[in-house]
Amino acid sequence: MAKVIGGITTSHIPAIGIAMDKGLEDTPYWKDFFAGYPPVREWLNEQQPDIAIVFYNDHGLEMFLDKKPTFALGCAPMYENADEGWGIATIPPVTGETELSWHIANELIENDFDPTICQDIKVDHGLTVPLSIMYPGHNYKHLKVIPVCINCERYPMPKPSRCFALGQAIGRAVESFAGNQKVVVFGTGGLSHQLDGERAGIINSDFDLECMDKLVSDPEALTKYSNDDLVEIAGAQGVELNMWLAMRGCLLGNVKEVHRNYVAPISNTGAGLQLLLND
Amino acid sequence: MSSTHREIPGTIFFDGPMSTKGYPLNKMCYSFNNADAREAFKADEAGYCDKFGLTEAQKEAILKRDLNELLRLGGSVYYLAKFAGLLGLNMQDIGGMQTGRTKEEFQAYLDSQGRGKNNG
Repeated sequence: MAKVIGGITTSHIPAIGIAMDKGLEDTPYWKDFFAGYPPVREWLNEQQPDIAIVFYNDHGLEMFLDKKPTFALGCAPMYENADEGWGIATIPPVTGETELSWHIANELIENDFDPTICQDIKVDHGLTVPLSIMYPGHNYKHLKVIPVCINCERYPMPKPSRCFALGQAIGRAVESFAGNQKVVVFGTGGLSHQLDGERAGIINSDFDLECMDKLVSDPEALTKYSNDDLVEIAGAQGVELNMWLAMRGCLLGNVKEVHRNYVAPISNTGAGLQLLLND
Repeated sequence: MSSTHREIPGTIFFDGPMSTKGYPLNKMCYSFNNADAREAFKADEAGYCDKFGLTEAQKEAILKRDLNELLRLGGSVYYLAKFAGLLGLNMQDIGGMQTGRTKEEFQAYLDSQGRGKNNG
């Protein structure tokens, strides 16, 4: 059976992609942030996962308000990135996956999740920045990516508990897939931040660190929060914790944290990084 | 403020009614994914707003770069970010504009909440 070997959480903000494009990794502003990544890259290089399931949110590249899925699952052989309007360089196409992804689609619907199934979508920085940072030089062609997009923009949006349960259903689907693929799951975005309005700029580092602890040992505790709670405690875009919870849901075994970094502020956010093993 | 969400000062929940209100505005800003659209906007800002059917109030807020007003008029931060990008503004620029701070003051506010940074 296919196996979820581990999970990775990472920020996905455009500023990271821009910093990499400009070669700013070793500058004072960015140094402590980028210094967290080599151990995760080394683990990926050692483990050579076949497939990455990436939980992300689309920020208005593919999914406009006209047709905006609550949950969307990619089942395409390839995904392209495109101009998002603010100067982040477009990255080379991302390799997709068409066998496990359809199995996940079947299993989700069988288990009362009804995602939008996508065979042709562009992926934005929510997915591409994590790939770029894990695979410098855009050396990710060998990795088959299954995008799972979660609405974090317009209310009503899925509850933290539902995102965690979605992850659990995906984790079970992977484990019931006939094959010997190694799967890694990514939870992207976060952590605390608010971009909009008179409250813009709020960061809650204490809460972020508590979330990172709980994500390892007691993720159910985090599912007790409502999205309104997250907005109040962690800012309007603090709801991106939902992608981390979906990732964590996929880890059905004994979970051990083997690496962590947290730096704030990175742009307007608290930027967390974790590598979790699933035994 | 939407009645179905908690009152959080300085925060507007982008929900169904706001999405209805802001649809033409957001649709215009969504078009800024396209480089030709960005140029067309720069060449004739008011005319470009009219093409998308913005209300007079939305158009005025666009012309004045009044981001808080745009949020009140149904703007979604995801598309307003594209508008900001077109103007050459980053997240710290617009953070300052929305909170009545200079960019430097806004950065200092972010830094005051920081953690884990030994350099910079």
